[in-house]
Amino acid sequence: MPIQHIKVLRNGTDEEELKVVETTGLPTWDADTKFTVVGRPQSRLEGLEKVTGRARYSYDVRLSGQLYAAVLRSPYPHARIRHIDTTKAEQLPGVHAILSSANAPDDITWYEEKSKLFDKTLRFIGDEVAAVAAESEEFAQDALRLIEVAYEPLPFVIEVEAALQPDAPRVHDKGNRVDEPTIYERGNAAAGLREADVVIEQTYTTQTAVHNSLEPHGCTAFWEGDQLTLWESTQGIFETREQVAEKLGLPEHHVRVVKEHMGGGFGSKQVPWKQTVIAALLSKQSGHPVQLMLDREAENLAAGNRNATVQRVRLGAKRDGTLTAILADIQVVVGAYMVGGEASEVNGMYERLYRCPNVRTEQIGVYINAGPCVAFRAPGHVEAAFALEAAMDELARALQLDPLTLRNRNYSEIDQKKEKPLSMPNALQVCYERATAAFGWQTYQRPAPTGPKRRGIGIAAHEWGGSGQPPAYAWIKLNGDGTVDVVTGTQDIGTGARTGLAQVAAEVLGLPIEQISVHLGDTAKGPYSPTSAGSSTQASVGPAVFAAAVEAKRQLLEVAAKLLEEEPERLEIRDGVVMVEGEPENKLTVAEVTGRLAPHMIIGQGARGPNAKDKTIRTFGAQCVEVEVDVETGEITVLRVVAAHDCGRIINPTMVDSQVFGGITQGVGFALTEERIVDEKRGLVLNANLEEYKIPTVADIPQMTNVPVNLPDLAANPTGVKGIGEPPLVPTAPAIANAVFDAIGVRLRHAPLSRRQLLAALATQAESIDKSAPPHTQEGQS
Amino acid sequence: MTQVSLTVNGSPVTREVEPRLLLVDFLRDTLGLTGTNIACDTSQCGACTIHMDGMAVKSCTVLAVQADGSTLTTIEGLATNGVLNPMQQAFWDQHGLQCGFCTPGMIMAATKLVENNPHITEAEIRHGLEGNMCRCTGYQNIVNAVAQVAAGKGG
Repeated sequence: MPIQHIKVLRNGTDEEELKVVETTGLPTWDADTKFTVVGRPQSRLEGLEKVTGRARYSYDVRLSGQLYAAVLRSPYPHARIRHIDTTKAEQLPGVHAILSSANAPDDITWYEEKSKLFDKTLRFIGDEVAAVAAESEEFAQDALRLIEVAYEPLPFVIEVEAALQPDAPRVHDKGNRVDEPTIYERGNAAAGLREADVVIEQTYTTQTAVHNSLEPHGCTAFWEGDQLTLWESTQGIFETREQVAEKLGLPEHHVRVVKEHMGGGFGSKQVPWKQTVIAALLSKQSGHPVQLMLDREAENLAAGNRNATVQRVRLGAKRDGTLTAILADIQVVVGAYMVGGEASEVNGMYERLYRCPNVRTEQIGVYINAGPCVAFRAPGHVEAAFALEAAMDELARALQLDPLTLRNRNYSEIDQKKEKPLSMPNALQVCYERATAAFGWQTYQRPAPTGPKRRGIGIAAHEWGGSGQPPAYAWIKLNGDGTVDVVTGTQDIGTGARTGLAQVAAEVLGLPIEQISVHLGDTAKGPYSPTSAGSSTQASVGPAVFAAAVEAKRQLLEVAAKLLEEEPERLEIRDGVVMVEGEPENKLTVAEVTGRLAPHMIIGQGARGPNAKDKTIRTFGAQCVEVEVDVETGEITVLRVVAAHDCGRIINPTMVDSQVFGGITQGVGFALTEERIVDEKRGLVLNANLEEYKIPTVADIPQMTNVPVNLPDLAANPTGVKGIGEPPLVPTAPAIANAVFDAIGVRLRHAPLSRRQLLAALATQAESIDKSAPPHTQEGQS
Repeated sequence: MTQVSLTVNGSPVTREVEPRLLLVDFLRDTLGLTGTNIACDTSQCGACTIHMDGMAVKSCTVLAVQADGSTLTTIEGLATNGVLNPMQQAFWDQHGLQCGFCTPGMIMAATKLVENNPHITEAEIRHGLEGNMCRCTGYQNIVNAVAQVAAGKGG
């Protein structure tokens, strides 16, 4: 793929940045394109491996002489290591290597705060103290128990409010504020509030949630000479390679990162963590391959979480519902360190979702002595939606407007931050219409209460990125027998990337999908592709595969034209056969063409081109929820969720449904049960396991409906695809909270909506519940 | 060390094991059968579910020495002569998986569920799979997969 332009951007006097713009003049799949493979519910290419147990995850790697590693972690939320002695552990039979602050390289630092790999100051329970590699997991655990550590406990802080007090214990020397606040303002928010007829002012909080991917973080590390191979459970093989090479002072081509399959990530595996480099060093020290997988407790303590937030929200509106001001003061709890993968823009949705001339947001990050946060599926947006979408519901009630009417009245068709048009200005409108129609929002008849049970409905909306972007690269190789290898350095993190990419290649090449193999997840075998984060894999890598396939097809048709004595322009490929337009008998199979060419081969290279510059590309969605609340027990049961999400063109409808169902399910967990609980007095995480950290089981799941939206967005890329991985989680929790209010007239502003919170709120607000006039009315609906 | 003799996926196996060795680690590390997964360490998630003497059990909750004399089937032994078990086929057909990490345990639990109750209802499927956690799929397509098998079997 030729580089067509290079722009040199100069910042100041001595910094230069090369901006590489790859454009291809590709055809596009417009809305009228007829498809044979795309848009169909193709079953997963890797499904056979997964249903037979053959799919190999990082911790399934078994190498000759392989050792197992375990990590000793800080039992204190804040402490200094006075003395550490690993002598007894070293003498244990079966132990091959030990690392701690006593012998680890001093120049490897971690996190933005430059903590050492094994730092003598420990800032959260779970912080790494030492690591052992031994012949079995059990020996490694035995060895950990023999390491003697003298800790000096230090004052610590767990609560965000306490952390912001002037005399609070300091997590870092610089204090507990990560940085200066990030402030955004357009118009005059204070004036906007003054001109409002109605003002809503409330504080909402969201909890620390833990990703709890079923496969923990970890890797298997192995050296051959000075070449390091890592089988890493990661969302970004190239990001991992780059960072590990930098930490260990290796050239990048001496580090190979492989990830065939991974058991979930949800953002927590989008950055490499300490254990990867620890495994590499233990392997070097011992001369053996080393596998280091976190256990479930460590996964909960030290491998990332969704930042808790405190959000003070003020909304001002005219009597007719027109917003005059949106203000949000946001505190984001980052834990003890910044890992560099947070990207938690809680402020963003306040600035974008609704049309409003006067907006002000202020966001600060706050350190506490607990495990660091990292991006968790739609970071920032899940937290913001819980507050903003509840506040909008409160505003609708105050104005006696239907919540949908209020949202439509403040519909934004442009990107107000950049003052640019949206690529799909009506996308959210379509989501509203389809979700509410399928749900029966307008016609909802509340069933009469049965005993203590009350029904209610709620709605919430969201916006998110997911456009994808350059760079991403792919190669397509046509084999002599007409089969195809698609090669790219992306990774399938469980979403089905292999299948989605194969569908794109099959469609362009006119081949049945059975003739396509996709090779990914190995830095040594494929060209660069970005980390799978931001709902961007299909939208970033898909267009690169598309471009490579277009190029391979061009070459194929050129060869076929010679063989058929025709012009390439008159040829087309259908179901593996190259045909001459209007001459059905004049044809060759693709395999006949490539067979004649073999052993010469056709290789198409493709690069992801740029997004449109004159438009802002976003994704949108809306969900409607019905709940049943038991006013005696405080139990909230989510009965049904109807979702409509704009993700551009749908390549595989079943995989999109699956993302939506999975997202809603995590949303139900976030709304009702998931919360890391920390004992304030001792700083202990009380539920660092899957017994007491409650992820939803099949018994907690409502009836779920995904209404397809399928609006190809050609501003994003020639395939018209945008992401769906993260968005479906965003509106679920606020829609549930709004439905709870609709059912019982009590507003819960703190996630998760615990029974205790609900019963306490019912007790204090009991007198305001008017059972004869339920708060949801049919009036004023648009 | 203690000697255990058992049948795994139709083949007799005899090994010396530490008395504290969990059955799941015996399968994964001693026998190299890595299809059975470990996710929670505390018997909640069901990723390690296998069949032991005809019952679905969480193999992280059984010591290897307790399996002495038993007959085990793991996910690797579910297909016969290269033909997938209908439950494996159904999980593949119905997209009853995403990352695939819970899938082996989910399939092992589901096969017993339908075997023991051929006319199983959707509510019974949901009740029966409560001990198997999935973080990706939202369970809907898993339930659909089990229902597909039940429909085929129970008519």
